[in-house]
Amino acid sequence: MAQQDLAQQDLAQRNATQDGARRSGWSWWYLLFIVQFVGALWPPFYNMAEPTFIGLPFFYWFQLAWVIVGAILTAIVYFATDD
Amino acid sequence: MADINWTALIIFVVLFAFITWLGFAAAHWRKGDLDQLHEWGLGGRRFGTVITWFLVGGDLYTAYTFIAVPALAFGAGAVAFFAVPYTIVIYPILFLVFPRMWNVCRKHNYITPADFVRGRFGNRWLALAVAITGLVATMPYIALQLVGLQVVIGALGVPSSGYVGDLPLIIAFIILAAFTYSSGLRAPASIAVVKDTLIYITAFAAVIVVPLQLGGFDKIFAAVPPAKLLLAVPGAHTTGSYSYYATLALGSALALFLYPHSMTGILSASSGHAIRRNAALLPGYSFMLGLLALVGFFAIGAGVANRPEFAAGFKQFGTNFAVPALYLHTFPSWFVGFAFAAIGIGALVPAAIMSIAAANLYTRNIHREFINPNPTDRQEAQIAKLVSLVVKFGALIFIVFVPTQFAIYLQLLGGILIIQTLPSVMLGVYTRWFDDWALLIGWAVGTAAGTAMFVVVNSPNYPLTIGGYTFPGYAALYTVVLNLVIAVVLTPVFNALRGGLNPADATVAADYHA
Repeated sequence: MAQQDLAQQDLAQRNATQDGARRSGWSWWYLLFIVQFVGALWPPFYNMAEPTFIGLPFFYWFQLAWVIVGAILTAIVYFATDD
Repeated sequence: MADINWTALIIFVVLFAFITWLGFAAAHWRKGDLDQLHEWGLGGRRFGTVITWFLVGGDLYTAYTFIAVPALAFGAGAVAFFAVPYTIVIYPILFLVFPRMWNVCRKHNYITPADFVRGRFGNRWLALAVAITGLVATMPYIALQLVGLQVVIGALGVPSSGYVGDLPLIIAFIILAAFTYSSGLRAPASIAVVKDTLIYITAFAAVIVVPLQLGGFDKIFAAVPPAKLLLAVPGAHTTGSYSYYATLALGSALALFLYPHSMTGILSASSGHAIRRNAALLPGYSFMLGLLALVGFFAIGAGVANRPEFAAGFKQFGTNFAVPALYLHTFPSWFVGFAFAAIGIGALVPAAIMSIAAANLYTRNIHREFINPNPTDRQEAQIAKLVSLVVKFGALIFIVFVPTQFAIYLQLLGGILIIQTLPSVMLGVYTRWFDDWALLIGWAVGTAAGTAMFVVVNSPNYPLTIGGYTFPGYAALYTVVLNLVIAVVLTPVFNALRGGLNPADATVAADYHA
């Protein structure tokens, strides 16, 4: 019986914390991710050979550069939404 | 492949012996009671940021990836680079969905995606659909890991024709099966650290040494035929290769984390924090995958396809031989042995995790749900260990007796199948709005339509035509949209029919947070 009360109390507490804004599960920072979706998934942006970089056609170095940009954006979101 | 390359072979065998020892020793690492399923199958959910990075990286970037992506670049050119945008968009998905998934799974001791769906939507048939989809998609994937192993063993000059030729493969798989059985997820986790270190060295060596030998990137890309250098510009009334490239990248990214083995790797992390941190750190692997795709072009630049010493290899393994040939051509034997061991060990890590994931699925979502609802912890772990053996030997038999091409065909279909679990698994993490039967019907229609599209054009690239305009694209993405539309349309219908008597949700909102 006592155990059941405790469980109920725990449940009520957990439901209460969820009202806090931090706990809502959404942050506007997540919109930053859209940048990488658009930049990486729109081939007309990068389907060209020029300008080259250290001999790599644009198509290749541009997409490789997006890996780094994507990692930086993800890191920004991580630090911005970190509790 | 006339002669055995002894120096390379000895180094290959020594490194294999080392990881075999490591796989067995791993049972004692962060020791837990291996008679409990979450200890055997998830390493006790105790891996921190660093080990998770190696484990998930080793899990997602498989040996087959390392062979097949450069092979595609070598054979088909620019389209192979879809792997780069693909790895760019997987991490936001990881970041948004999986910390929540980790929290709820830990709270309720869920081990598989189907466990979660069972709890969230309270429908055993929907959970069964998720479990069977996972099993069907995973099996050919395990078999394909063997292809990577087969290619490097063949390239070492070990005779690989006839059933005697399959002996090295069989030995490697017995080793794999034995240490997975005894150590569970701890084995691939510890081996992943070694494997990824070897793979990084292998990849960077090629990216630095080959351009130096061939006189720079400009010389290499000058040798690439213009048709392979860029995507073909779409003609009139079609989005051509552009839409295929983008949908293939996006669809593959969405499918990736729905594979049961991805979930196994992610759930073994020690916290949602470790997962979020990894979303920012894992692009290290993406960069390497991009470099490896370039290696396919290096193989063109080095002209390996025209060298008589590699003719037999290309004849047997097709473009999959491009990477091994380039290494044989460029590096001294000792480094070839090192590089091939990296690829070979790279096959064992994901194969082990996949077989553990498949075993968890069977044990939890088929055996416990439909056969023995109240196993003891010990029985449950024992069943999973046995099933992991069955799964691996199934894959081995498959690859020995069935043409490789068929395994590749099934693996491509597997991507189309697994993405159909997206509405219940990924969206389920955020909302319980969907009706369980609506999800199940959406899944069934998506699965049927995706399979039909794939069979009709014999390729995942389906030319969707609307009003005289063609949108070639990845069938997985098209059919998961259909699946979702059906689930959205049918949910209010079922809600009305059931009058609010939907099955209970075993989870509450707070379960999804730390």
